[in-house]
Amino acid sequence: MDEMDEIVGEFLVESYENLDQLDRDLIALEQDPNSRDILASVFRTIHTIKGTCGFLGFEKLELVTHKGESLLSKLRDGVLSLTPARTSALLAMVDAVREMLNSIETTQGEGDGNYDALMATLVALQTENSATDASIATAAPTVASDDPAKSDDQQLLDALDEAASADIGVAQGSDTQAIQEAPQTQLAVESASAASDASSTTTNSSVADSSIRVDVGQLDKLMNLVGELVLARNQVLQLTSNIDDSAFAGTTQRLNTITSELQEGVMKTRMQQIGHVWSKFPRVVRDLSLQLGKNIRVEMEGKDTELDKTILEAIKDPLTHIVRNTVDHGIETPAKRVEAGKPAEGVLTLRAFHESGQVVIEIADDGAGLNIERIKSKAVERSLITAEHAVRITDREAAMLIFLPGFSTAETITNVSGRGVGMDVVKTNIEKIGGSVDVTSESGLGATFKIKIPLTLAIIPALTVSSESQRFAIPQVSLLELVRIDNTQPGKTIEMIHGTPVFRLRGTLLPVLELSEQLKIQPAGALALGTDPTRSETTVVVLQADDRQFGLVVDGVHDTEEIVVKPLGKQFNDARAFSGATIMGDGSVVLILDVMGIAQHASVLGEIGDRHSDSGQSSDTGDVEIQASEPLLIVGVGQGGRIAIRLGEVDRLEQFTIDKIEFSEGKKVVQYRNDVMALTPLGELIGAMPSFEESVNVNVVVVSEGGRSIGLVVDQILDIVNDSIVVHHKSGRHGIIGGCVIQGKVTDLLDINAVIGSFDPLFLAAASQPSGVLS
Amino acid sequence: MNVDPQTQVAPSTAENTVKQICTFELDNYLFGIDVSVVQEVLRHQPMTPVPLTTNVIAGLINLRGQIVTTIDLRARLEFGPRTEDDKPMNVVISTDEAPVSLLVDRIGDVIDVTDVPFETPPETVVGVARDLILGAYKLENRLLLVLDIVRTIDLSNLTDQVTPH
Repeated sequence: MDEMDEIVGEFLVESYENLDQLDRDLIALEQDPNSRDILASVFRTIHTIKGTCGFLGFEKLELVTHKGESLLSKLRDGVLSLTPARTSALLAMVDAVREMLNSIETTQGEGDGNYDALMATLVALQTENSATDASIATAAPTVASDDPAKSDDQQLLDALDEAASADIGVAQGSDTQAIQEAPQTQLAVESASAASDASSTTTNSSVADSSIRVDVGQLDKLMNLVGELVLARNQVLQLTSNIDDSAFAGTTQRLNTITSELQEGVMKTRMQQIGHVWSKFPRVVRDLSLQLGKNIRVEMEGKDTELDKTILEAIKDPLTHIVRNTVDHGIETPAKRVEAGKPAEGVLTLRAFHESGQVVIEIADDGAGLNIERIKSKAVERSLITAEHAVRITDREAAMLIFLPGFSTAETITNVSGRGVGMDVVKTNIEKIGGSVDVTSESGLGATFKIKIPLTLAIIPALTVSSESQRFAIPQVSLLELVRIDNTQPGKTIEMIHGTPVFRLRGTLLPVLELSEQLKIQPAGALALGTDPTRSETTVVVLQADDRQFGLVVDGVHDTEEIVVKPLGKQFNDARAFSGATIMGDGSVVLILDVMGIAQHASVLGEIGDRHSDSGQSSDTGDVEIQASEPLLIVGVGQGGRIAIRLGEVDRLEQFTIDKIEFSEGKKVVQYRNDVMALTPLGELIGAMPSFEESVNVNVVVVSEGGRSIGLVVDQILDIVNDSIVVHHKSGRHGIIGGCVIQGKVTDLLDINAVIGSFDPLFLAAASQPSGVLS
Repeated sequence: MNVDPQTQVAPSTAENTVKQICTFELDNYLFGIDVSVVQEVLRHQPMTPVPLTTNVIAGLINLRGQIVTTIDLRARLEFGPRTEDDKPMNVVISTDEAPVSLLVDRIGDVIDVTDVPFETPPETVVGVARDLILGAYKLENRLLLVLDIVRTIDLSNLTDQVTPH
């Protein structure tokens, strides 16, 4: 019940503001009847009020605004032009809405005012040359020129008086019922105004007084002053250490605590959890889905993600629009869902999280997904794009068409959506605060709206690390774990794959970067990673960038603390390694690492887009199986033969001199780490000429499966690439999954399991026990 | 070749009003900027260098809770580096956007140049000096070089000079 009151309260505060704006807009519109901007603004305001009151169950209010909206819709589309009569009717509607809101505030109900006549007028005015024009026009001047000196109640009375007189005017053209209603309306006015009289000192003020709106500039100023106070505090604390006076020390300690609390408090005035905005969605969805005969569950993740108040306010409406659209268009009716083999209950998931200096909000559904073809044809039909253009654009681009102004695919205009207002407003509002919105869709599986908002001023937990005595902050969201490597233990330290350092983290090869090297802050003559014998320990911060993990070597790890993200100046527009800066407790400035930026810089993340299109050209050669991009080791065998091995399956790269190769049970083996490891020339597997006997050194890729290791003999280690594997043909050959194009060359993808499986399991088992074979 | 009249703040407004220049020294030259754009002057501040950027950017300082980008004027004007024990000072410039700090060798006096003759640099002045120096006030015993502050803090043309710090 409390939650309901809160929603209604917010609705009232918001609607009053909107109504004041409406009054001004309508008057402005009269001066400039052709201004599409003002019309659009009026239309959106009414649309918002209508939408919200629909969910809150204020039917009468919804009916009145719906009629008004229909009229406005025609005006906006240029079907009708604005006449004084229409303006008057719209103003009368605004007054009626205000009256009902008053009633809601005092009695929780819409009151018993009757607005049939007003609605009839609004409907009648929707036709060209409406017969009622004249009668309404007489009421116009008084409505339009509301005397500002009059009290609210007086205004209310006046407005309703006019509504009543309008009633009679319309009644001439309709039946006698309206005449009977006129006195009723008058009665309603009296009761409503009496009620608001009685409560104007209490209830009226309570909604407005429980919260105050503070200028954000004022908060910024406070924030800066607190910053200054923190610095002064720090200096005082430093001085305290030289003074031996316990009373003074106590006082400064108190100063210290108060300052910290004040700083936190001021910062908190601006921060709110996103759950605050989300809390009304379950009800919104419930009511809406009931209305549409759908069955939808709302799930939320990351409710406690905090956002700056201004940002939250700005995204509230866009989020509501998307949620409503999803319920209306995205998720199918239970019958259709069951038909498609999905559970009858649809799921709408709201997700919020931090990602590389941004807050990401996702609204995902498991519905039918966007109908790309219909979007394209609608866009062409509405002349938003040309037919030729529609053929050329990708599905992804087509999906983005829904954000164009005037786009709507709804076949029927429902109460919920379909008037072509919404998604373009969503986009405009989000872009206004420097964010972006994106939609992805999979036919039959659902659509996901992804809103990215920069977190200027957002507070995030971050880990402070140091490299070459400079400190950096790493957002906690990108952080997976910390690993301390003891460099004295062989096999458990940083190893090399063709000059690229990697680390075996629980059996998986993790690419490793050195922070000082990436940032070019290492002293001249510094040794490359993993080759410095004086370093007995290495600290690796394991990070997540998109779906890829990598390790970052740092010199030291410090505290985790909450930091306030501040943007870098425009001079740093191209500094991709940093997402911002922050001021630490001691007043020093620390840069915040952009984990994604560093990963891209070091090509831990491949440029997937480019390679996709590359391999797409030749995709018509056969069966195509697309997998996610992954790191691959490319080796050369025989003459021009290329084989790709998934890097995750590679244990180690070794080089043996030819005389190290011995034979056991007719197979080639080497002694390796107090073990005997079987060797197999990879060239034989793919039918290339074996060539390893001819060289002095043998390159071996050590792979293992289920604790059994074998060495694959290759001629060259060519490269490590990140690529999505598109297997063009399934191979009939044992040990090869199939052929694919990597770096523009045909490369066979190795099937490690098959290769290992082809060995006698007993032999491999024996090989892992050195005493059994060669001693 | 004349300096763009819009940026030529120094002489044109000097007609009837009092014209004051905040002066500072760089490599034994006397430079100056219009006193009205100077927000404050600070002693040497602890500086956080920003890796992977041009050496013209000295780093970031904490100005009462605000993070301010600092431009090393020596690097900007292509003078050699300052000696180790020379502590530079910060001249904080207020702009329409965030303030920017300039690192200078020594801060000088505010000089009233209302009646001092001004001349734009001769053709022989080339390179970065021609870009950034509006002209010189001919003081009795030395020249006061006036910087075009808008161009000085606009680093958009030197993105490629990434040097290790």
